[in-house]
Amino acid sequence: MAVAQKVKKPTVLRPLKTTPEVEIGICMGTGGIAAGGDGVWEAFEKGLAATDAYAVIKPREDKCEGSCSTLTGTGCRGMCAMDVLVDVTTRTKGQERTVTYGTVTPKMVAKIIEEHIVGGEPVHKWIVLSSEEETSHNDFYAYQDRLVLRHCGRIDPEDIDAYLEEGGYQGLYRVLTEMTPTQVHEEVLASGLRGRGGAGFPTGLKWRFAAEAKSPDGKKYFICNGDEGDPGAFMDRSVLEGDPHAVFEGMAIGGYAIGADEGYIYVRAEYPLAIKRLKIALKQAEERGLIGKDIMGSDFNFKIKVKEGAGAFVCGEETALMQSIEGKRGMPRLRPPFPAQSGLWARPTNINNVETLACVPWIMTQGAEAFAERGYEKSKGTKVFAVTGKINRSGLAEVPMGLTLREVIFKIGGGVKNDKEFKAVQMGGPSGGCLPESLLDTRVDYEELNQTGAIVGSGGMVVLDRDNCIVDTARFFLKFTQAESCGKCVPCRIGTTRMLEILDRITEGEGKPEDIDLLLDLAENIKSGSLCALGGTAPNPVLTSIKYFREEFEEHIHEQKCRAGACAALTTYSIDPVNCTGCRACARACPVDAITGEKKEVHVIDSDICIRCGACYDKCRFDAVRRA
Amino acid sequence: MAVAPETGERTLTLTVDGQEVKAAPGDTILTVCRRMGIDIPTLCYDERMEPYGGCRMCLVEVEGARGPVPACAAVIGDGMSVTTMSDKIFKLRKFVIELLLSNHPLDCPVCEAAGDCRLQDYAWEYDVNMTPWGWHPKDFETRDDHPNVARNPNRCINCGRCVRICRDVMGIGCWGFTNRGYETIIDTPYNLPLEQVGCVSCGQCVSACPVGALTHKRSRHDARIWQTDKTDTVCPYCGVGCEFTVQTFRDRLVRVTTEPGQGVNNGNLCVKGRFGMEFVNSPDRLTTPMVRNEDGNLVPTTWDVALDRIEQNFKRIKEEAGGKAFAGLASAKCTNEENYLFQKFMRGVIGTNNVDHCARL
Repeated sequence: MAVAQKVKKPTVLRPLKTTPEVEIGICMGTGGIAAGGDGVWEAFEKGLAATDAYAVIKPREDKCEGSCSTLTGTGCRGMCAMDVLVDVTTRTKGQERTVTYGTVTPKMVAKIIEEHIVGGEPVHKWIVLSSEEETSHNDFYAYQDRLVLRHCGRIDPEDIDAYLEEGGYQGLYRVLTEMTPTQVHEEVLASGLRGRGGAGFPTGLKWRFAAEAKSPDGKKYFICNGDEGDPGAFMDRSVLEGDPHAVFEGMAIGGYAIGADEGYIYVRAEYPLAIKRLKIALKQAEERGLIGKDIMGSDFNFKIKVKEGAGAFVCGEETALMQSIEGKRGMPRLRPPFPAQSGLWARPTNINNVETLACVPWIMTQGAEAFAERGYEKSKGTKVFAVTGKINRSGLAEVPMGLTLREVIFKIGGGVKNDKEFKAVQMGGPSGGCLPESLLDTRVDYEELNQTGAIVGSGGMVVLDRDNCIVDTARFFLKFTQAESCGKCVPCRIGTTRMLEILDRITEGEGKPEDIDLLLDLAENIKSGSLCALGGTAPNPVLTSIKYFREEFEEHIHEQKCRAGACAALTTYSIDPVNCTGCRACARACPVDAITGEKKEVHVIDSDICIRCGACYDKCRFDAVRRA
Repeated sequence: MAVAPETGERTLTLTVDGQEVKAAPGDTILTVCRRMGIDIPTLCYDERMEPYGGCRMCLVEVEGARGPVPACAAVIGDGMSVTTMSDKIFKLRKFVIELLLSNHPLDCPVCEAAGDCRLQDYAWEYDVNMTPWGWHPKDFETRDDHPNVARNPNRCINCGRCVRICRDVMGIGCWGFTNRGYETIIDTPYNLPLEQVGCVSCGQCVSACPVGALTHKRSRHDARIWQTDKTDTVCPYCGVGCEFTVQTFRDRLVRVTTEPGQGVNNGNLCVKGRFGMEFVNSPDRLTTPMVRNEDGNLVPTTWDVALDRIEQNFKRIKEEAGGKAFAGLASAKCTNEENYLFQKFMRGVIGTNNVDHCARL
């Protein structure tokens, strides 16, 4: 154990020199940038410079003379459907007030500066959230409990002092000064924290196994798994982009607990912004002596390396991930031996997911009890869900475990887009399952969700409405795992391909009566015969779809009918001559010129040319385009 | 766990198919079962290498385990109860064979490996005739330009034995997996010719291949495996004494094969042992002793005549010019004992120290 006296408490080295009157925070996560965050940033910079009223300063470097403002790029705050999000905090006449503008474009910036920043009156029509008034989006945060995402969207992830101001690295300080490694994993165990990567294994227990394992030369490794690859999941990316230090702090605490002096953070190369911010944050943490040799002056060493993946989904599987770090092809290997016994370079190794590790500093400062107070039965704390698909407020939602799917989708997510009928939610990505309306009162809880055939998984929630075909959705997820199979074991490599062929032919109207049984048989054998969890869970979307939506499969097979109109081969479009006004909107929308008809005359679709894209159907305002 | 008082050796007791058996800690289920004479099918397992667990043929049931476990890699535990065959296990193994056959060329009539193919054997054993999902043969193209190793990636079952034996046993690494998922094939780096990626032509990959993806190129169409006579023998090249099996057909040598576990070499061979036996079939090869007649021409004779001639000449030369007029050159094809006798003969009988050896072949 480190000697308490010589350990130096981490402090803010560059405190704010001034509190500016106006603070502008712009979402510069990948979602924000993709929505045009860079342009919004530039518009604010130029617009503020032009007003003279508020000089834009760097508050850690500049003293304010007169009235000042700051511009901060923050990470994702979750309400991604409204990106670019801009927070404006004003401090005038002793009153602090924060409003958030949604879907901001560079064109809107001049008005915000003129009316709100200079004029003092917010532009009400663009406000999505406000500290003063109710908005229609208040529910988004009302049901959340932001613990993992505590800093995301609030602090500048490229500024270590911003993290330190929020109590950053105090968890590690407490561990180094007050606790033995055993006490650390005991505390994590007491918190009830379970692996957020999908399997839900108790983190404290995992740490204990790695701590107790003997290493031939004393070397152990601590790995953070940031190879988030589920379609529709982006919670780890947001944490890495928005709060990288929390992950490093979690890793260092874990390293101390298991006796590792070296850690790897494995991030998929498709997350360039996360990698960039991790590298910036790592350099800062090393310069401050918070990561590296003799951390905070103690005798605990923990160096971290950022390792970029090379684009393989399977490298999220822990043994494949370690192979990849070793420079080999990412292929899962047999367990046992488990990583805790023999992992990276054949040394005892612990692997945790990003979200799991981001919880750790919080637990170490707030205590295990505070964490365990949240949650439900055996699932403690909070879980971040990536809610996407046909939903009004797609984005990231962190909720206490035990909330129902209905609350997440309808309260936080704001319900199905365009008030359409809810059909299903695909829970837990390609390893998860498709759940119907009747199961919406299922709680987000490891055990309860497992019973349905879906899983908590990494936390992806894709919402489907009546325009989504269940067979096609199952096919989509299976196509993903089929393509991402490493090719090592026979059931996964060939079995998923045979399943996909069957699903392909069902969606093409060539399904055979025996196909459902063939799928169930294949699924069962692939699940029990595969080497790793990728193959072991790949059939889940198909199994749950058949379990809850069997009649849709049967319609496809026996009636050549796709009720959602999503399977192109089973769908035809025609124009109802009674309703058609001859407005030509459909003809203009048609990408292949399949629609003919003069203006103000009834139009006709040539089904030989039609590619069944549905553009005409979406465009028609008179309910004249019919889908069958 | 029991400990033998005399030797201190520890033994574990487990039950396999209801039969109690003792084994050493560290043994795998597969080794214990094979010792007991229980047949567990394997495709990717090769005792020359670490277990791989990819083919899923050796799955067995272990009481208390979450699912079927691969016998090749599962280490035994005290009190473990193993079931090597059940409806579920039979179904799973049959499933694997069906999947493998669903994209296998089924060109057994022209396949070099027919009769010596694990997949063929298991398809027969598990009665797999046609797959429930139709037949989707692969259509990979690859170069096949090595003089000794014939390649057919469409017959490959991706067991990885060639990859592992080249990398882990030979320390070279000519083979690797390329592409992902269903498109995964085993290939050389950048699909370069084998000879450009460090291949030493040992044919270890051929010996490891359980199907007809890698076969002996030189003996193609010489004889089907069941037509050949098999003779276990020792390699005539160097003094290591590797064991192998010579396959002959109508008094001609067809090919040399090895099995893991065979001889001091454990089924491993070098290029000479595996591919260097063609001289046996050469029409130029001497099969009887020859001596020169009065005209100076070589004519066949018997060993008695030939050795008499040698004796006479040796004696004459030694009398005329002394022992130092002789020089002896021994062969690496001889055993150490034979080489020892040879130098003893040269020194003690002939009387010369001019003895040398070709050192290596």
